[in-house]
Amino acid sequence: MSVAPPITDQAVSAHGLVKRYAEVEAVAGVDFDVARGETFGFLGPNGAGKSTTIKMLCTLVEPSAGTAVVAGHDVVRERLDVRRHIGLVFQDTTVDGYLTGEENLRFHAQLYGMPRASIGPRIDDVLEVVGLAERRGSLVREYSGGMRRRLEIGRGLLHAPQVLFLDEPTIGLDPQTRAGIWQYVADLKRREEVTIFLTTHYMDEAEQCDRIAIMDAGRLLVVDSPEALKAGVGADRVRIGTEDDEAAIAALRERFGVEAAISEGEVTFHVAGGETFVPRLFAELGVAIRSVSVARPSLDDVFMSWTGRSIRDAEAAAGPSRLIAHMMRGGR
Amino acid sequence: MSEAVVAGHHELRVRVPARGPRADAGAVAVVWRREMITSFRNKLRFAMALVQPLLFLFVLGGGLQGVATGSIGDFSFKTFLFPGVLATAVFMPALFSAGSIVFDREFGFMREMMVAPIRRATIVIGKCVGGATVATIQGLLVLCLAGAVHVPYDPAMLASLVGEIALFSLALVSFGVMLAAGITQFMTFQAVMQTVMFPLIFLSGTLFPQSGLPRWLEVVTRLDPVSYAVDALRGTVFRALDAPARARHVLDPGIDWWGWKVPIGVELGIVALSGLVMLAIAIRRFEAIE
Repeated sequence: MSVAPPITDQAVSAHGLVKRYAEVEAVAGVDFDVARGETFGFLGPNGAGKSTTIKMLCTLVEPSAGTAVVAGHDVVRERLDVRRHIGLVFQDTTVDGYLTGEENLRFHAQLYGMPRASIGPRIDDVLEVVGLAERRGSLVREYSGGMRRRLEIGRGLLHAPQVLFLDEPTIGLDPQTRAGIWQYVADLKRREEVTIFLTTHYMDEAEQCDRIAIMDAGRLLVVDSPEALKAGVGADRVRIGTEDDEAAIAALRERFGVEAAISEGEVTFHVAGGETFVPRLFAELGVAIRSVSVARPSLDDVFMSWTGRSIRDAEAAAGPSRLIAHMMRGGR
Repeated sequence: MSEAVVAGHHELRVRVPARGPRADAGAVAVVWRREMITSFRNKLRFAMALVQPLLFLFVLGGGLQGVATGSIGDFSFKTFLFPGVLATAVFMPALFSAGSIVFDREFGFMREMMVAPIRRATIVIGKCVGGATVATIQGLLVLCLAGAVHVPYDPAMLASLVGEIALFSLALVSFGVMLAAGITQFMTFQAVMQTVMFPLIFLSGTLFPQSGLPRWLEVVTRLDPVSYAVDALRGTVFRALDAPARARHVLDPGIDWWGWKVPIGVELGIVALSGLVMLAIAIRRFEAIE
């Protein structure tokens, strides 16, 4: 039943993927390709449709329309073949707390039907890579959150998948642990020829990717490398605290021809050459300025330039609808 | 067929094979093994599951002796209770095992199995066989007490009982998994089980002869597969006993359909068939989970 994969350089290839739930179009038609060996990131606020897209690619959710080929196999017609060649790390923990770290890996190896002789050495290897060799015999319920995450990532790699899917791999972890996890992922990339597909709403995580796709409200807005995306903004971000934000926004429009918006409590706008703009601002704005900051474009600015709001504002706005979506899922 | 070369400390070729019947059997074995590891690691749970059958046998059995003497003479009520208590002994572990599917689902591990390149049926079958193994072993522990309630250690009887207990356990776990497939919260499952378990135990002639039940309830007991399992266990025990005819008549009347006494073989067939039907439903419900 296994079909020889077509000769292609694409690890993932999606065309017109759509997922509709009763009332909502969670994914509204996305197209993209991920090259073999690439680290590809989906960046977007919660509720943007990232997880739904990843679930379609992993054969967990059937697309309402469109097609996708992962590791050379169609995600609808060749589900088990796709699954053999991918590794998955979910947002929520899926390791068994009542088994030891090693037992969790052994279970996985046998579930995937790995050849008996390769299981032992491969487990040793993976435990080494994720830094859990010392704790292999402890029950996973005694592990810290970061250790569990590492075990899950190691498990996702155990059967040497062609594509490793990481759905919000470091959500809920403290910054130090997150940095550590990324160190491990970078090491893995060096040692294993694996394509990494991840979703995130952390900018620093997106920075680690070769290419990023920005997703919002079920659509892909742009796909490019972080550097190209930042260069594309072409302007610095200026944030000012003022005595009268509304008057400041109006003045910016009238006197400088700059569109500004309030983001995270401050008047924010983008101009080329931020440093030379600031002195003019003080001289000509006509509204008292309390504070100023100028920053080189970040991915957050990229996100803002494509969606008109910051990712944190988008998260806040998406809050209630996410809750409802969660309740709907729980009720199924 | 693609192969991934892994550049690690060891130059290893790891390859996940395409699926076939052998791989399916392997998947069943893995799920079964995990059930063994987690069940026997929890010694306390194992011991607690023995408390209730022992209470039924020695406390309830002893207490009812005085009341029953009028109709059964010197015959020990505990001896009567023994096969029924064997049945109750497998109830708890069987349903608990089934419930662990809900637990796995609520706390995430189910997903690890659901996304693996295996057929869903293998997860369900592995779980059911695993749960049945645990339940059977608990039943065997109670079976060891036969001598304490004047049931002889007759090899033929013991062999039959072991087979019957295993069959009943498998049917019970299948029943539990069938219910569990539609439940997402462990607390809900526990509530459902409490509600379902006691009527099944009381209506199946486990703890008292069904002849005492009102006529209209007899219809219900005849529709309940547990009745046939318990009656088969009791018939097997009583065949090996030297019981007075009067006690035998009151305590082991058997189940009849319009005057025809249902033989043990048919009773076991009913248990097996209902078990298979429930297993099939459990598998179908599982395949529908996203």
